[in-house]
Amino acid sequence: MTLYEAIFYFFAIITLVSAGIVVFSKNVIHSAFSLLFTFFGVTGIYVLLNADFIAVTQLLIYVGGILVLLLFGVMLTNKVIDVELKTGTLQTVPASIIVASIAGVLCGVFYITDWKIIPASMDATKSTTAGLGEMFMTTYLLPFEVASVVLLVALVGAAMIARKERTVE
Amino acid sequence: MDEILINFLGNDIIAYTLMAFVPLVWIVPYALFAVYLERKVSAHMQDRLGPMYTGGWHGWAQTIADILKLIQKEDIVPSSADKKLHLLSPYVVFIGSYAAFATIPFSSAYIGSNINIGLFYVIAVSSLVVAGLLMAGWSSNNKWSLFGAMRSAAQIVSYEIPSSLALIAVVMIAGSLNLQEINQMQSGWFWNWYVFKYPPFVFLAFVIYFVASLAETNRTPFDMPEAESELVAGYHTEYSGMKFALFFLAEYANMFAVSAIAATVFFGGWNSPFGEFLGGPLWGVFWFLSKGMFFIFIQMWLRWTLPRLRVDQLMYVSWKVLTPWAFVCIVGVGLWTLL
Repeated sequence: MTLYEAIFYFFAIITLVSAGIVVFSKNVIHSAFSLLFTFFGVTGIYVLLNADFIAVTQLLIYVGGILVLLLFGVMLTNKVIDVELKTGTLQTVPASIIVASIAGVLCGVFYITDWKIIPASMDATKSTTAGLGEMFMTTYLLPFEVASVVLLVALVGAAMIARKERTVE
Repeated sequence: MDEILINFLGNDIIAYTLMAFVPLVWIVPYALFAVYLERKVSAHMQDRLGPMYTGGWHGWAQTIADILKLIQKEDIVPSSADKKLHLLSPYVVFIGSYAAFATIPFSSAYIGSNINIGLFYVIAVSSLVVAGLLMAGWSSNNKWSLFGAMRSAAQIVSYEIPSSLALIAVVMIAGSLNLQEINQMQSGWFWNWYVFKYPPFVFLAFVIYFVASLAETNRTPFDMPEAESELVAGYHTEYSGMKFALFFLAEYANMFAVSAIAATVFFGGWNSPFGEFLGGPLWGVFWFLSKGMFFIFIQMWLRWTLPRLRVDQLMYVSWKVLTPWAFVCIVGVGLWTLL
């Protein structure tokens, strides 16, 4: 087994085991924290695929943003003392139908897509960032700008809903 | 340096493992020294003497005695704590702060990983610290810990925005996120350093970055997460012995990481201020570390000079002062580059 393979299996095991804990843990906080390790493992796999920009973005957005938001949500909606958060199995039939259909679509896309195999360059210093930036500013300028406007609208909306105007007495 | 090691040892796994330990060789003695320095600086600012007895000359062995005490201490886990998370969180926090050192160039010959997105990586990897702090605060099952962790996370998440925006101003000049390349572009005399470029925009960006980095490392005037008068000790209230020491080490490592980024990005990193005079890889280490330590000293100076901000003032500074001015820096640098 080469070093590359060893590192791949290391990250793959981290991802799968922690994802298992996320799903099967009876404690919501434990699920939320093990999501941290799932994201970390996925980041490692992106790095092995030479997708450096996506790997770091994954860390920044998912760990720094979404996970922290999730933890804040769980922590603020429950009392600190006696943690009585339960996860159970409910609505088995509709859930399995939805999961099966999503898995079917994913597998279908996986098999239909014409994967282009490019020999892995061992040059780790070769960056994808400059290429991505150019694509955003030329070919995909409109979707990029639309996405930023959507995010801005979401931000303004969130501030509007969250902020209650206090009247001075 | 990595190629020399691989050739010398003949095995890349051992060579890379050794490379990964290099920053630790610096961080541990630095933390011991910085704790001593902090006590001395605070003492002299308040017209006291500070530790004077341990070891003889000006109490130089005080922190060594402290760390020996911490090693011997019993590890206490509160009976109602979430034991697994309580055990895990000091490691997550330390990994988050240590990982940042992977892309910081200590000299022209040593950088852990010369990746092209170094600066972006440093910003992103610090988010592991936030998750670790929340883990510590929650698992202690203590209201002070939880509030400390919440404040800390809210503060780090909001100050990440002005600090990243301030760094973008420099990235626009350099056209690269690689910290080694950013360094090489500032070589020569000290007026080539980015902080003196396009005045006053880059200098303003430096000030914004420095203020935001104080908040990210929970230093005064932004030390509400561990405000002693309200929260005992914040997120590490329930930690003792080596776990507490690990939090402390992570905090000092983080202080050095942000100082090193400020030194690298704005003040030429390992470049000598006098052109070729006292240049070269070994002097590079000296210049880099002394620039880093200079910012550490400024952090301590500010800590013992300024009072603590309130929560609303903290958010005001981040969103209504630093973030708009960081945008002014970006626009200013952009226009100046175009002209």
